[in-house]
Amino acid sequence: MSVLRPLDKLPGLNTATILLVGTEDALLQQLADSMLKEDCASELKVARFWQRESDRSNLNRTGPVLPLCWPKESWPQEPRVARMSHLAKSLPLPSSVNRPRIDLIVFVVNLHSKYSLQNTEESLRHVDASFFLGKVCFLATGAGRESHCSIHRHTVVKLAHTYQSPLLYCDLEVEGFRATMAQRLVRVLQICAGHVPGVSALNLLSLLRSSEGPSLEDL
Amino acid sequence: MDSYSAPESTPSASSRPEDYFIGATPLQKRLESVRKQSSFILTPPRRKIPQCSQLQEDVDPQKVAFLLHKQWTLYSLTPLYKFSYSNLKEYSRLLNAFIVAEKQKGLAVEVGEDFNIKIVSKSQLPSENREGKVLWTGWFCCVFGDSLLETVSEDFTCLPLFLANGAESNTAIIGTWFQKTFDCYFSPLAINAFNLSWMAAMWTACKMDHYVATTEFLWSVPCSPQSLDISFAIHPEDAKALWDSVHKTPGEVTQEEVDLFMDCLYSHFHRHFKIHLSATRLVRVSTSVASAHTDGKIKILCHKYLIGVLAYLTELAIFQIE
Repeated sequence: MSVLRPLDKLPGLNTATILLVGTEDALLQQLADSMLKEDCASELKVARFWQRESDRSNLNRTGPVLPLCWPKESWPQEPRVARMSHLAKSLPLPSSVNRPRIDLIVFVVNLHSKYSLQNTEESLRHVDASFFLGKVCFLATGAGRESHCSIHRHTVVKLAHTYQSPLLYCDLEVEGFRATMAQRLVRVLQICAGHVPGVSALNLLSLLRSSEGPSLEDL
Repeated sequence: MDSYSAPESTPSASSRPEDYFIGATPLQKRLESVRKQSSFILTPPRRKIPQCSQLQEDVDPQKVAFLLHKQWTLYSLTPLYKFSYSNLKEYSRLLNAFIVAEKQKGLAVEVGEDFNIKIVSKSQLPSENREGKVLWTGWFCCVFGDSLLETVSEDFTCLPLFLANGAESNTAIIGTWFQKTFDCYFSPLAINAFNLSWMAAMWTACKMDHYVATTEFLWSVPCSPQSLDISFAIHPEDAKALWDSVHKTPGEVTQEEVDLFMDCLYSHFHRHFKIHLSATRLVRVSTSVASAHTDGKIKILCHKYLIGVLAYLTELAIFQIE
């Protein structure tokens, strides 16, 4: 149906797009805002798209909310680059929306809720395999409050390992950690969109993977 | 974040304490445990269900009757330095003196019961409460705590689980005394939703002759003005039937079975009420065997499975202090 493929659309000129997928709308919105703030004083324009009920063939969730944010400013030392972030509750994205090419997908899993893990697992089916060559990343939030965790950390580690993608931990509710994670994601997005000469998404993936222990292969 | 890997460690419930000690120096034991810990999955994917028959002869119903049907608050305790069972009388004296110094009223306190040795010591102050009304009870416990026992040297006594019933102020005073005397540290043991779902599955799996309470779950929904609580009560025989349909390997509980059991409950609830319980947080589980709250409160209802419940709680306490 509508499987996300990395190369099915042409890249926009000087544009990088990130897609955040997760069930916690407020957290995703805050993360997107932090990422756009990375770029001193940008003016945001937010547009929301509601999906038609007829597009959803599978189930009983409300349609995903898809805000689009356009920053007007650009980074000071570099050529003008627009960054866009899309937020989605789950995949597949509505096919009617005119969206640019997605450079990086971040799946946000909240360790406090099993529902977000189930949602992520179902959304993963709508992503083409070639996306997993460095353009997908998992973000686990909520590990700080151990007493609220419903999912064991090991489950998410195994998920990230199965999909050969890096797993980042961040407590998105804490302002400082969120800002740091936003910075990190912006750098990764730059690389995935090809704006950093000499480093590709696949290079980055192999660099990140070599820091994990060899015993992960036993999992 | 450092323990990613690999080989499954055998569940600690399967070996008996006395079989364990071989003639190794404490340093060797400690090195080996550190090596094991670095390749230790935090929770074993399989666990033994407490079997009724092997436990029944160990526990005398009359002796443990005072433990049942009371709400206990859980704490985890680091190993006690230079604690010896022979000095209990002296410890009671010192503890009394300390308590009297802290408070003017008399207290009757029961101190130090351990399931391996079964010593009970009572200390009673000469005070107006001659009939000895028990105002506060606390007990230390360690059931099958092998992974911890092997790492500490002989000077330390390992009693990682502490249960207290009574006023908070008394718990604080007595805790302070133990901390000062034995150089240990108390910390409240919170039980997260993951462990509560394990408890629900394990206790539903226990065979009971007659059920004294319905199986009940309580979830807390995080919403902005004030959190909402959802309570779901099931007839215990239905819960057991559900568990039996999910359960495959006899004598063991696996992670997949626990997940499937909870998912069945969630999907049943969703079908009727269109609410995703998996997005909420499990806060309380109550079965005919025991009931547990996420704040670390537990009430044990059945003497047959007491050891099993305590074994699991000891495991949680050990995870917390490691």
